[in-house]
Amino acid sequence: MSVASQVDSDGQLARLLQIGIVLEEVVEARAYEHYQRLPDDERDERIEELLREAREESADHRERLKAIVDRLDIDEDAAIDITPLVREQYAQTGPEDFDGILYDQLNGEETAYKFYDDLIEAIERSETSFSIDRESLLSTLRDIRETEAEGAEAVAELMESRT
Amino acid sequence: MNTADQYLKAVFLVQQIEDGPASTGALADRLGVSPASANEMVGKLADQDLLVHEKYKGATLTDAGEERARDALATYCVLERFLANVLDVEEYRDEAGQLEAVIDETVADRLDMIIDREPDCPDCFDAEADACSHLVEQLGEAGAGAGAGD
Repeated sequence: MSVASQVDSDGQLARLLQIGIVLEEVVEARAYEHYQRLPDDERDERIEELLREAREESADHRERLKAIVDRLDIDEDAAIDITPLVREQYAQTGPEDFDGILYDQLNGEETAYKFYDDLIEAIERSETSFSIDRESLLSTLRDIRETEAEGAEAVAELMESRT
Repeated sequence: MNTADQYLKAVFLVQQIEDGPASTGALADRLGVSPASANEMVGKLADQDLLVHEKYKGATLTDAGEERARDALATYCVLERFLANVLDVEEYRDEAGQLEAVIDETVADRLDMIIDREPDCPDCFDAEADACSHLVEQLGEAGAGAGAGD
């Protein structure tokens, strides 16, 4: 093990990207659950659009991360379907009202941002030569991090407009 | 998880294994760092009143240090359980050790949403087995049922 925050191999990078894929799936699946369970009197166009965009954005990030894992020199398949797990746990941890849904969505976007931020820093700190181009990898991750920041901002603005 | 929290978690676990203060040598072995590095970090944590360091004996966590160590251990448990149960990683201990420095507590909290952690976490963590005793038992690994630290 290492106490330093850095990525030392293709295998370790692939595992971290796989965790990113799962985080995106959690956001995507919870946004779907939020939408399905939104009480009728709490439905409005803005939140429906926000949840739809969150799902589409997470699906896009997931595909981009999977494409990177597929190019790495490892045997593992990056695809994992965690939707049933999310659904199972949602009954226990899912928010019950509009504000709770927005807060959960904000938390998901901010957590993803933090994950990509830490991952980028750990890759930048590493001197390892990966089997894929480092700059292209970092560019993709920075781009995804940026859209997570924008996503968090959009949720925060919607929350603010309700107060 | 930052370096300080990794050290506090290591002190917590070594204290359980040694049933007393954690020697810097044992900490260095556990963390894969040099004894000099371990000694330096132990000094810094003592300065922050997170542990007490007695020369020739070792480090003992203060109440504040133990609280942070337990939080760090819970984060680590999420990672181990996520790797073992969701990603089916056989070498989940080694991989959790490699990844913990990059995984933040908030990220672990999110991963926690899709795993079944026991309510007694992190008390169920078996320091000798370096894994949650429930997970060891569930996976049918040798050493299942070994005493978990309380």
